[in-house]
Amino acid sequence: MSISKSDIQAIASLANLEVDESSLELYARELSEIMGMIREMQSIETDNIVPMPHPQDMELRLRADEITEEVQRDELQEIAPKTLDGLYLVPKVLE
Amino acid sequence: MTQWESVIGLEVHIQLQTKSKIFSGASTKFGSDPNKQACLIDVALPGVLPVCNLEAVRMAIKFGLAVGGTINHKSIFERKNYFYPDLPKGYQISQFQIPIVSGGSLETEVDGNVQVVNLTRAHLEEDAGKSLHDQFDDATGIDLNRAGTPLLEIVSEPEIRSAAQAADYMRKMRNLVTYIGICDGNMQEGSLRCDANISIRPVGVKELGIRTELKNINSFRFVERGIEVEIDRQIDILESGGTIVQETRLYDSKRNLTRSMRGKEDAQDYRYFPDPDLPPLVVSSQYIDEVRKQLPELPDARKQRFITELGLSASDARQLTQSREIADYFEDALQYAPQNAKSVANWINVELASYLNKFGLGIQDSKVSAKQIGTLVSCVCDSTISGAGGKVLLQTLWENPELSIDSVIDEKGLKLIEDSAELERLVEQVIDKHPEQVQKILDGNQKILGFLVGQVMKLSKGKANPKSVSEILRSQLDVFRRN
Amino acid sequence: MNLIGSDISQISTALQRGEVSSVELCKEYFRRISDGSELNAFITLDEEGALTQAEAVDQSRSHDATLDPLAGIPIAHKDIFCTKGLLTTCGSKILGNFVSPYDATLVSMLKERQTILLGKTNMDEFAMGSSSEHSYFNPVCNPWDASRVPGGSSGGSAAAVAANLVPAATGTDTGGSVRQPAALCGITGIKPSYGRVSRFGMVAFASSLDQAGLFTKSAKDAAMLLDAMCGFDSKDSTSLNVDPPQCMQSLNKSPDNLTIGVPEEYFAEGLDASVGEVIQSALSEFESLGARLVKLRMPNSKAAIACYYVIAPAEASSNLSRFDGVRYGFRSESGNDLREMYRKSRSEGFGPEVQRRIMIGTYVLSHGYYDAYYLKAQKVRRLISDDYNQAFKKCDLIMGPTTPTTAFKISAKMDDPVLMYLNDIYTAAVNLAGLPAMSIPAGFDAAGLPVGLHIVSPYLQEAKLLQAAHHFQQHTDYHLQSPVKYS
Ligand SMILES: [Mg+2]
Ligand SMILES: [Zn+2]
Repeated sequence: MSISKSDIQAIASLANLEVDESSLELYARELSEIMGMIREMQSIETDNIVPMPHPQDMELRLRADEITEEVQRDELQEIAPKTLDGLYLVPKVLE
Repeated sequence: MTQWESVIGLEVHIQLQTKSKIFSGASTKFGSDPNKQACLIDVALPGVLPVCNLEAVRMAIKFGLAVGGTINHKSIFERKNYFYPDLPKGYQISQFQIPIVSGGSLETEVDGNVQVVNLTRAHLEEDAGKSLHDQFDDATGIDLNRAGTPLLEIVSEPEIRSAAQAADYMRKMRNLVTYIGICDGNMQEGSLRCDANISIRPVGVKELGIRTELKNINSFRFVERGIEVEIDRQIDILESGGTIVQETRLYDSKRNLTRSMRGKEDAQDYRYFPDPDLPPLVVSSQYIDEVRKQLPELPDARKQRFITELGLSASDARQLTQSREIADYFEDALQYAPQNAKSVANWINVELASYLNKFGLGIQDSKVSAKQIGTLVSCVCDSTISGAGGKVLLQTLWENPELSIDSVIDEKGLKLIEDSAELERLVEQVIDKHPEQVQKILDGNQKILGFLVGQVMKLSKGKANPKSVSEILRSQLDVFRRN
Repeated sequence: MNLIGSDISQISTALQRGEVSSVELCKEYFRRISDGSELNAFITLDEEGALTQAEAVDQSRSHDATLDPLAGIPIAHKDIFCTKGLLTTCGSKILGNFVSPYDATLVSMLKERQTILLGKTNMDEFAMGSSSEHSYFNPVCNPWDASRVPGGSSGGSAAAVAANLVPAATGTDTGGSVRQPAALCGITGIKPSYGRVSRFGMVAFASSLDQAGLFTKSAKDAAMLLDAMCGFDSKDSTSLNVDPPQCMQSLNKSPDNLTIGVPEEYFAEGLDASVGEVIQSALSEFESLGARLVKLRMPNSKAAIACYYVIAPAEASSNLSRFDGVRYGFRSESGNDLREMYRKSRSEGFGPEVQRRIMIGTYVLSHGYYDAYYLKAQKVRRLISDDYNQAFKKCDLIMGPTTPTTAFKISAKMDDPVLMYLNDIYTAAVNLAGLPAMSIPAGFDAAGLPVGLHIVSPYLQEAKLLQAAHHFQQHTDYHLQSPVKYS
């Protein structure tokens, strides 16, 4: 099973990437090859194996409910592409 | 014609009233300047990491215990991936496969019809920021102050059968979460938000119809009206031979209709997966027991106690347990009239309620304190003042809460006449004035007695104790009879 | 006196004795950096800041003779660590203008120890790569042969240390990004256990695999700096609240009765013959030092690369969603609506390899593929981790080659992603299991290019790892060799 150009379009859309028509073919080929390599793991028997999302089995540590962060809005917004009146600005979203 | 049955499931988001956010140490206070409560973690700078707030976990467990749900010893935070400018990380940290609470139930009551609504689950997640679409002509403004506020999302089974029941479910939910102190219940500020999944099917059919998800129904009134108009819309479509489209719809309260939010949710694929930054949330039985001990008496248990121990009617008890504030107020007042629970209930539910309604106030903003109401009821019950006097007293106190009860009784002359010599004199005057009525009583028409009592009361300008008056009247009439 | 190429404790002693000042030392290194600019090892230099700090250290030394042994020692950080007031680009155009408003925990820790930060090193964009060619700021060259890659993704740090442009530099290792360039540049590189070094402030690639590491000229230097880097951080939920490894304290303990496991799988097809020979002779050297070699089977190791190339891109696809042009970083001006702004900012801001990995990650998490790829990989991950647990019942350390080949030519593998990915074939499994590991110089191939020996220890046993490496370096001089041009 290989990855088609339309698969690439769908994936790119989910990932918010713009892939131009000329690159679709290349991405489709490369991703197909990569997925081919990845499918090598399918031969490994994994029935009844518990998935391992974290290296080592850890437990969540919880913090006390305290206000510890001071917000320096100016400092944070100095590095923003576009702000006004303390708000981050993005192209108008029509609801 | 087909009889339709509606099938409704609710997803309620409640903001947990922690001091700091669920995954950062920024304040959750409402209403500060834009982005002044969005710290580097909330704005998702490169390299920042989440650390979970214990208090949010404790509150979720409290809720789970209060609804009789199962607290999962191990639950998982996952990432729900989607792009939106008020979602800074490009994913929301939520719980998906294993939530912190599974199951539980909530009771609803509509027109005396009590029904249990089962809950599917309750899970912890973070809130998004706010997109301000109307502030600028050509741009949307993003305020991330709310981003990272802890939410508990409570999902019901599709067991709700009417808009009215849905509204009551919301009321019960608000009551419960404020009762156990995990949410301020402020719907205007978005502390409690509701989405509804709605479908209809012909009565008797088991199979579910195609559902729509209704968003933006954030008041009790809108829950009821929004769901109602959506049900009507679906019935109209099906009866005219159409089909329902599965979609997200928005309730427009101004026009009282629902409209499609097409484009917003098209083909979403959230790609949930366990958040690698957050290992599994593990809670011990011991901790769960600790939280259980912190639970206050729950509304249903309190209602039951009011009925069985205090002898209140079911409807009085229900009214008094509508909110924790009302029930607390009632029990405070009761301390000052411990033998008169029914009267205290009545004065709060009827007399005080009329003032609160008139001024649109909640009980916590009542001008008259629980102590004053309790003392007032005790004065009425021991006949220091009459019921009518009580009403005058309440009105005076409402207008001048600083006045003492004794001084109002004195100044308004509300104290009932207890001097029997004076009462006998009044009774004699009335008997002299109404010989025909006296004769009728002597002839056996006891109903006329009330008329004479009324005349005495009138003569005393309402200050006579009616009980004493009728006793004296009876004994004087007995004298006539013997003669 | 010439301290270039000396180890950190020698430099420290010279500083303490007043034989050299920190300012003199920094100036010397900046001169070398400028002479070695053809390596393209740095993205940002902070000469002014470094000299100011060095002067402050020299000042305080004149009042107080008992400064921290690390005080005044020049270092460099991989450009993946957030540094307050300095550019932190992660090798990407999308962060090309990003001046961090905060310091990573690791950065503050080393600042507190009064090390002097000279600059930020070049790297594969978002640490995705094995050659340091995938940088928006152009490829890094290998100091042993400038036509070859230094390995990646921490290639700038590795090249800088190998060319003596700085005594030590930090890196990050998600699938081999410290060990692999250490091997290809002929230096010592260590990746501690997952959770040892705080990830707060380290731009995330794959959160369950990322771990900060270190490049030095010797195991001894590594021990000294690793002790300064490890520690609990309440800002990182995966940070370990355990006793620090105290590597320096136990460095000279001679590892008696050391049993070294050698997995057969690591010497199978794909391993360059001359690399294999060098590794075998390094293993013999250990034997002659008293160690016992045992053969091991790591049956699931063949799936490590596949497993890694599901999990790492999956996590990365989500971690990189925050780069959307809204709050910081690059925003394309050509987008008319929100969706276009997102797409253009991301596609113009990310390079092709990053976009490729985001797409793989998005694909393996997407509806209908999650179970077959992502979940399957998490199960295979446990099997790989179990392989290590089994292996460590039979041995104290596992050894093998760090990489299948020595440094390859620049652009040789750029058109073949799968071939490039196979560079991580011996290193990635360690990250899946969260174990500590290092690469140390083991000799040279026929072309004179360095070969790295890969050493893996059980969880949290960094001290044992460093003891073995140090012992080896006491008896060999591979780690003392520098490329002639940069000696
Ligand atoms: Mg939901
Ligand atoms: Zn939710």
